Amino acid sequence: MGKNEFSPEQQAYKEKIKPLQPTPPYFVNCLKAFLIGGLICAIGQGITNFYITFFNFTEKTAGNPTVATLILVASLLTGIGVYDKLGQFAGAGSIVPVTGFANAVTSAALEHKSEGLVLGVATNLFKLAGAVIVFGAVAAYIIGMIRYLFQMVL
Amino acid sequence: MKLTGKQTWTYTKPLYINATGTAVGPEEAAGPLGETYDITFGDLHCGQENWELAERHLMEQAIDACMKNAGKTPDEMDLFLSGDLINQTVIANYTARKNQIPYLGMFGACSTSMETLALASALVDGDFANTVLTAVSSHNATAERQFRYPTEYGGQKPDTATYTVTGAGASIISSNPSPYQIKMATIGRVLDLGITDPFDMGSAMAPAAADTIATHFEDTGRSPGDYDLIVTGDLSAVGSPILLELLREKNYDLSSNHQDCGLLVYRPDQPVFAGGSGCACSAVVTYGHLLKEMKEGKLKRIFVVATGALMNPMMVQQKETIPTIAHGVVIEAADGGGV
Repeated sequence: MGKNEFSPEQQAYKEKIKPLQPTPPYFVNCLKAFLIGGLICAIGQGITNFYITFFNFTEKTAGNPTVATLILVASLLTGIGVYDKLGQFAGAGSIVPVTGFANAVTSAALEHKSEGLVLGVATNLFKLAGAVIVFGAVAAYIIGMIRYLFQMVL
Repeated sequence: MKLTGKQTWTYTKPLYINATGTAVGPEEAAGPLGETYDITFGDLHCGQENWELAERHLMEQAIDACMKNAGKTPDEMDLFLSGDLINQTVIANYTARKNQIPYLGMFGACSTSMETLALASALVDGDFANTVLTAVSSHNATAERQFRYPTEYGGQKPDTATYTVTGAGASIISSNPSPYQIKMATIGRVLDLGITDPFDMGSAMAPAAADTIATHFEDTGRSPGDYDLIVTGDLSAVGSPILLELLREKNYDLSSNHQDCGLLVYRPDQPVFAGGSGCACSAVVTYGHLLKEMKEGKLKRIFVVATGALMNPMMVQQKETIPTIAHGVVIEAADGGGV
């Protein structure tokens, strides 16, 4: 019964229960993710325009306050118990944008508040989001090296 | 001989469930069986500082209600059998610290409810105790933290997922007559049909339930028709049809008298995915609703089969498959017994 080795009985069972299991609504899930994900991005664009119009930001520098605003809003929505319900509806649509990252960090912080500020909140803050940071940094490094090599060759 | 066939215990003494106590959270209280619980809480915190304290409070409240219903005090109990889903079964351990009854901690995941009931009965039958208190609990938020993600994390769950019941159920077992007699128990073996998805417990646990039920029939020579109701713990809307199919293959037809506690405990329109799960699921439905039906004469003989998935998140991450178990207890309306 080792890892990923299934006995004939186990294989047969999986085949047998397939027709009895609900099929995930892939199309509807994709549509919801597209709409909510798009809506979050549209709100982000609105915030960017707001900072450019009313404050002294350019198209290039408005990105930082926009992300900060989205993170603040997503964290607040996590705290009052709304973001997890949005996540159940939207799936990837609310996980992929920066708001999903904020939710992963804030929810972990809330969850581990009972174990104290240092060993609870601080230790577990990046429990879910840590993988995103690790692979983000690694991917950026690899892409950066490739770009550097191309520049040297060309 | 108390051992009947291969895995079934037939108790020789008349054993009874003298009293029960149940305490549940808000989603359960709003469910179709809301009226049948002793104590209900309006929010998941149950007036406590954190989730673990909330679950402990539920177990303590269920035990208090059970004591009150029996007119007993903890020092009249000879033994306390208890378990829950949290690491090292701390909810049960810390409850035992408070009530000071000699204690055996038990773990069978969500099958712990019937595991404690079967063993409590065996110990009274064997004269190792006169009166035994059992209790199990589960809490939606402690289970989320233990097995899944932080409570407020916005991950999407599939329709095959289950919703852990927030609640606790307690019972007192002795040979003093009451309307509910415990007759037999069938102890399950661990089955693993290769399911790896922790969001599909119904599919993982259905074979264990089918095995325990079929073995019970073989051991006792009984058939599904001998029971008014055969109720499983938390197979949910996904596992229940699989159970019926697996038993149909063995020529047992349960289509007319099978129900699942995970489907009884919530209304279909509640946000609970495929249904309820957790130790408390089978406990609060059995100790509340089913015994009430029995007292009212609607049920004469039931077979409660609690199902459990025996993995933890580390095993799942190591790509191990999910081992499962099911234990069943036969409860009968006692003939004129103290009603």
